[in-house]
Amino acid sequence: MNDEHDILDEPSPVEPALDNLGQPTKPPVRTRAGDITRPTNELAVGEGDVRTAERGEGEYIVGTSLWRDAWKRLLKNKLAVFGLVVVVIITVTCLLGPPILKAITGFDYAYIPSDSALTKSFPPFTAPDGSFSWLHPMGTDNAGRDILARVLLGGRISLMVGIISTIVSLIIGVSYGATAGYLGGKVDDVMMRIVDVLYSLPYIILVVVLLAMFGGKSPLSQLVLLFIALGAISWLTMARIVRGQVISLKNQEFVTAARATGVSTGKIIFRHLVPNTLGPVIVYATLTIPQVMLSEAFLSFLGFGVQAPLASWGSLANDGVQNIAIFPWQLIFPGVTMALALFSLNFLGDGLRDALDPQMRKV
Amino acid sequence: MSSRNGNILEVRDLRTYFQTEDGSVKAVDGIDFVLKRGETLGIVGESGSGKSVTNLSIIRLIPDPPGKIVSGEIIFDGQDILLLPTEEVRKIRGKRIAMIFQDPMTSLNPFMRISKQLMELTELHLGYTKDQAYEHAIKMLDMVGIPDARARVDSYPHEFSGGMRQRVMIAMALSCQPELLIADEPTTALDVTIQAQILELIKSLKQETGTSVILITHDLGVVAGMTDHIIVMYAGKVFEQARTRELFATPGNPYTKGLLRSVPDPTSEHGALYQIPGLPPDVAHLPPGCPFAARCERAEDICRKEFPPFVALTPDHHSLCHFAEEVYATSQRELSARGGRQEQVLDLE
Repeated sequence: MNDEHDILDEPSPVEPALDNLGQPTKPPVRTRAGDITRPTNELAVGEGDVRTAERGEGEYIVGTSLWRDAWKRLLKNKLAVFGLVVVVIITVTCLLGPPILKAITGFDYAYIPSDSALTKSFPPFTAPDGSFSWLHPMGTDNAGRDILARVLLGGRISLMVGIISTIVSLIIGVSYGATAGYLGGKVDDVMMRIVDVLYSLPYIILVVVLLAMFGGKSPLSQLVLLFIALGAISWLTMARIVRGQVISLKNQEFVTAARATGVSTGKIIFRHLVPNTLGPVIVYATLTIPQVMLSEAFLSFLGFGVQAPLASWGSLANDGVQNIAIFPWQLIFPGVTMALALFSLNFLGDGLRDALDPQMRKV
Repeated sequence: MSSRNGNILEVRDLRTYFQTEDGSVKAVDGIDFVLKRGETLGIVGESGSGKSVTNLSIIRLIPDPPGKIVSGEIIFDGQDILLLPTEEVRKIRGKRIAMIFQDPMTSLNPFMRISKQLMELTELHLGYTKDQAYEHAIKMLDMVGIPDARARVDSYPHEFSGGMRQRVMIAMALSCQPELLIADEPTTALDVTIQAQILELIKSLKQETGTSVILITHDLGVVAGMTDHIIVMYAGKVFEQARTRELFATPGNPYTKGLLRSVPDPTSEHGALYQIPGLPPDVAHLPPGCPFAARCERAEDICRKEFPPFVALTPDHHSLCHFAEEVYATSQRELSARGGRQEQVLDLE
């Protein structure tokens, strides 16, 4: 390990760091993102330390925050970095890809050629006459639509489902769990029994029923319903996690101290307790995104999810699997992209868990 | 509205019980005391004697269930706190009665900047704007002796050492200029040199602001130089109550004598430390007589059968003991034999 070199940023070997009055002879070590500044930091907060007392104004060093430490640990984890990079690439491509593609080739996800000779599935890099062509790098589907454009759109929708459902589950789960945990007693009992009941319902059936009852009016309303349905089922675990955290936190002295200063219950929950649960919450949220995306793919694969001409990776895989023997590219491209995205998100989530909770790492 | 008799706080027959599976635990069982404006009261006792519960009761922070203030009056500035609606009590907490807790390592929120935690109070109670509250936070940190307060105010608690965090706690407690400051073992978690600094700080701030203070501790050395009155608690009851000097010089209760003998004397040549034999009783199952009888050197049959009376030795000095007068007389004899050695005891702080 060459940690020493990471920590100390360019200490000059010639000059002493402090002169005889204990004043730094040059501005203190700069902190970079990810730096652990502990050696200097201890001096900065040391009590009765002459150097602290006599130091001039504004010359002390900003300590490392928990987040910076976590970020540094995350960067040391190769798989997590790989996951992060892939997730960023996929996200950026899905966001910026469709307009660029449209500008270059003129295809978007819903474009169906008017020429009936073209409304069939071509292999990747193949022009209608069979020669090599850059026009459709992933080929076309049965209706002649560009698969690349559809995979990109599918990515947008899949990521959106994942993120929005996770945000919904965050908002509901965190406030519900924190409230139950903090209030405790009978309130907690009732609230958590409700969660238990919801847990015991088979969620797929719930979603299917929801979609069957309210869905199908337009592709967009179907999509919104999907967000709500997936969000509504994925908050349960979040609520349990947050509740557990809050219960272990609420008896700590800083909560009593906050109560002793007259802070209201709501503020104690949301200003003092919830931020303290952020570590596990972030980790679980990162792991919820791929989980929700998988649920969405599953629903779309069954035909309950996103409706054509919109597409998600799940619905594209569903289209592809019907023609797998003849047109394998229809399944391979969305399938591989989705697998890559899910892998990466899981790696990232695992990496975040290790980074935010260093005690869990193997020594 | 200032109370007529100059008392900032009067506690009358306070009883706080906890319902457990093991029965009713009488953590505080009939406490009476009075704190005059500007004075300092020390509450001394072993762990589990009810010191902290007394204080949490004063600002009604007893977790309910299982705890319950069964009876009593807590008259703060003429108002009985126990009769006020919760909203009103919340307005008193932090603004007029502030607390400092035992462990500075855990009593600051680790996820909130120091500035935020200090600002929360003045924004809440004094209606300060963000800017005013921020400036006030810096002023308070400055006052409690944190160097370079402006640069430090945005730090997180983990960037401060224990002593500095306790200073922050004091800054928080004093930022609304409370009339009563309750310090619950403020120096227990700190090492001796820092202890002295913190006590000195509380003392000087008390003189500056005129705040009344209740100082809870199990360390007699701490109360000696800090307080005007002392209450000695045992098993949820007041065992002895006197002016500080008097209590140290002529204790009127065997328990207090035991406590005083337990203070390690650095000048003593003999290595062995004195300890009171046995353990504090289980307050859920108190014997019928004196709760200290089983550990007491002076105990006789009557102690195990009858609950002792609260004897007034002087108008200012009370002791809960069947033999209070005898113990008091012995103490006075010992004192004259030593020729006023209590001064040395007081210097130990």
